[in-house]
Amino acid sequence: MRVRYLPLLATMTVFAALFVTGGVFYKHFFTTLVLGHILADNAFIIIAAIGTTFVILSGGIDLSIGSMIGFVGVVMANLDAAGWHPLASAALMLAFGLAYGAFQGFVIDFCKVQPFIITLAGLFLLRGACFMVNIDSVPLRHPFVDAFADLYIPFPTGGFLTSSAMVMLAALAAAVVIAHFTRFGAKVYAIGGDPASAELMGVPARRTIVSVYALGGFYSALGGVIYALYTSSGYPLAGTGNELSAIAAVVLGGTLLSGGVGLVAGTLFGGMILGLISTLINFNGSLNSAWIMISGGALLFVFIVIQKLLVSSFGLGRAS
Amino acid sequence: MTSDQPPRVELVGISKAFAGVPALDRVDFTLHPGEVHALLGENGAGKSTLIKIMTGALAADAGEMRLDGRAVAVGSTAEARALGISTVYQEVNLVPTLSVARNVTLGREPRRFGLISWRAAREKARARLKRLSLEIDVERALGSFPVAVQQLVAIARALEEDSRVLVLDEPTASLDAQETRLLFRILRDLKAQGMAVVFISHFLDQVYEISDRISVLRNGRLVGSAATAALPQRELITLMLGRELERVEQRAAAAPKAAGAPVLAAEKLGRRRWIEPFDLVLRAGEAIGLAGLLGSGRTETAKLIFGAVRADSGRLTLDGAPLGHASPRRALRRGIAFCPEDRKAEGLVLDLSVRENILLALQTKRGWLRPLPRDEQRRLAEAMIEALGIATSDAEKPVGQLSGGNQQKVVLARALASKPRVLVLDEPTRGIDVGAHAEIVALVRRLCAEGLALLVASSELDEIVAVSDRVAVLRDRRIVGEIAGAEITRETIIELIAGG
Ligand SMILES: Nc1ncnc2c1ncn2[C@@H]1O[C@H](COP(=O)(O)OP(=O)(O)OP(=O)(O)O)[C@@H](O)[C@H]1O
Ligand SMILES: [Mg+2]
Repeated sequence: MRVRYLPLLATMTVFAALFVTGGVFYKHFFTTLVLGHILADNAFIIIAAIGTTFVILSGGIDLSIGSMIGFVGVVMANLDAAGWHPLASAALMLAFGLAYGAFQGFVIDFCKVQPFIITLAGLFLLRGACFMVNIDSVPLRHPFVDAFADLYIPFPTGGFLTSSAMVMLAALAAAVVIAHFTRFGAKVYAIGGDPASAELMGVPARRTIVSVYALGGFYSALGGVIYALYTSSGYPLAGTGNELSAIAAVVLGGTLLSGGVGLVAGTLFGGMILGLISTLINFNGSLNSAWIMISGGALLFVFIVIQKLLVSSFGLGRAS
Repeated sequence: MTSDQPPRVELVGISKAFAGVPALDRVDFTLHPGEVHALLGENGAGKSTLIKIMTGALAADAGEMRLDGRAVAVGSTAEARALGISTVYQEVNLVPTLSVARNVTLGREPRRFGLISWRAAREKARARLKRLSLEIDVERALGSFPVAVQQLVAIARALEEDSRVLVLDEPTASLDAQETRLLFRILRDLKAQGMAVVFISHFLDQVYEISDRISVLRNGRLVGSAATAALPQRELITLMLGRELERVEQRAAAAPKAAGAPVLAAEKLGRRRWIEPFDLVLRAGEAIGLAGLLGSGRTETAKLIFGAVRADSGRLTLDGAPLGHASPRRALRRGIAFCPEDRKAEGLVLDLSVRENILLALQTKRGWLRPLPRDEQRRLAEAMIEALGIATSDAEKPVGQLSGGNQQKVVLARALASKPRVLVLDEPTRGIDVGAHAEIVALVRRLCAEGLALLVASSELDEIVAVSDRVAVLRDRRIVGEIAGAEITRETIIELIAGG
């Protein structure tokens, strides 16, 4: 067993434990139906979090995700009203996400400023743009939206894999290949581990950083597309605070916020854990929904402590 | 001998200034295929800056570079690599969080159908390391290995099959004799195949052993270039320093002097998988050397004694009273100071200024609630800069901008500034030039004479012999012998290390 798989294992264990616990307390919890629902409900945020994983692995952060999700939805809804096919507007928004991310990455590298500040600016800019486009919720009426929602693969035991979950799994597979089996992925890990050394080793800083944020922008736009199709509407406040949930999913998934260490697959389980917690609390019915955030927060604390211990006792990060 | 073909690399009139302070001034440098060219000079002379320009890590302000007679502009290290220039930079400039295999292959990972084959990458890394007789788990994070191993990994990375120029900036700084011999054997092979090698080192013996030609920089200027055979060592040193070096490096105390009272004593101190329990007594006014091969437990012993790492057996006593759980902060408060081996990862805060770094240990000792007055800070820092001859434009320069050897001096200065009673040094002179080396040895001996208890771990036997009153020899993470006084010679130490 490799040390670097330990955090992922911890995440998967927590996920399994929560799922089983739910099954013990509530009838019908430990079923593929519930699993299918969790996947469907959280697909958009997991997609965005996958992009964020790259950003965090490179040693950066992206706060513009939630606003991107909102912006994509609002624009898609308006284009829908103007008669665009949702796939066409989705393609446009994916291109926009890519370009916007690349722009953020360029500014971060060119001005050598904190990614926190630049993407915070991005957060405000895009959210503001949402309200410029429109103030109310606008529905997507194109028949494709319903067709998309009706598309699913049934599980033998009553559950189903929705189209949004399928998109998410495909996006995850692509991300795993990019992160772990391409030279670009290797460079992302290098730059996150030690930017100065990586540059001396021939990693082009500018190109890598720009690509990382472009990828992050692309994935958050994809998250936005899925959210718009899933809710069949565009709402200017959609996605508010989702950047933080995405970051939480990444950290719960075992990726170190300091960069350079982590696995993309972990993010799936991190996001699923967050989804599982809220499902559990909703199942209970008598618990205040505030507990969703409280338990999510508590879990984050625990995980960060575990990671710290792993790093110091196994030399997961730097030398002891 | 190579007059019929153009030089492999030609640098003409290279100048470079940092924030207006010149580091290189119209330097010319010529490198032929099939030669090992030593680039020498004092700490801060500009050696690393020159090779950084040659390998695309820095852009020159003026001058040009020719490769095989053609003018080239090397804009980045990746471009240099593509032109066949492989480099091992000073310090280990690899990524500690990545596995050894990833570090060796980064940027040139073997691919199948466009995707990286990690199996092939691991094999490539293993094969490279094998040339250096290093068999380690290539999937472990690089940062979990000792500095010497990291240095070998950096060298392994540079041994690309398609290289035509190999640049080595102090590659042997943390290697011991055996590994250095291996490296030199490889260099000779490469040379025979027509590789052009630039070799930077402060070990003059090594320079004479391996190099064909020597160029010397002083204060950013080229002050001489000659065939190695035509440049005797005395002349070379004078050329480097701009003055003659007095011989201070002989054993200062040939006769064993009366050792003072025991200060720090380790009784059956040990830690599992780290170092076997050992006894060691440090006395006031006495210098103890720790000798042994790479991995024999030198660093481990030093860290246990300082308290950077906790022991799981035995105990430490200070002036006869047992020390509780050790921690660096407690150790500092009690007057024990430590210079770690890995200055980049453990020693310095590269973004802080020289002054702040020097005062770090002293401030810890006083406690953070009692800050030193600003004037006092400046005075102390300047005094240390003066005493150790740290070449810096001023005390407020970030340490990361100093040359490697000068960074090492700051590590020493920091330990000394805390006015310790016990000083533990791990590879204290790594990357320090001959002139400064002599001064530091003299300084340490003087402090010892004033009552300091000293422990020095070093891979350099000459250094151990020069400073120690007593030597503890380590093998396989165990202290296997102790020698004192006149018995301390290279030969007796080697014999003990070898298991005689
Ligand atoms: N990034 C930087 N910013 C400012 N000054 C720098 C920078 N890099 C190097 N210098 C300065 O340039 C001079 C030459 O440094 P260089 O590292 O080339 O020395 P060196 O000959 O390699 O010394 P050493 O033997 O100690 O490694 C030094 O005075 C150093 O302070
Ligand atoms: Mg140097």
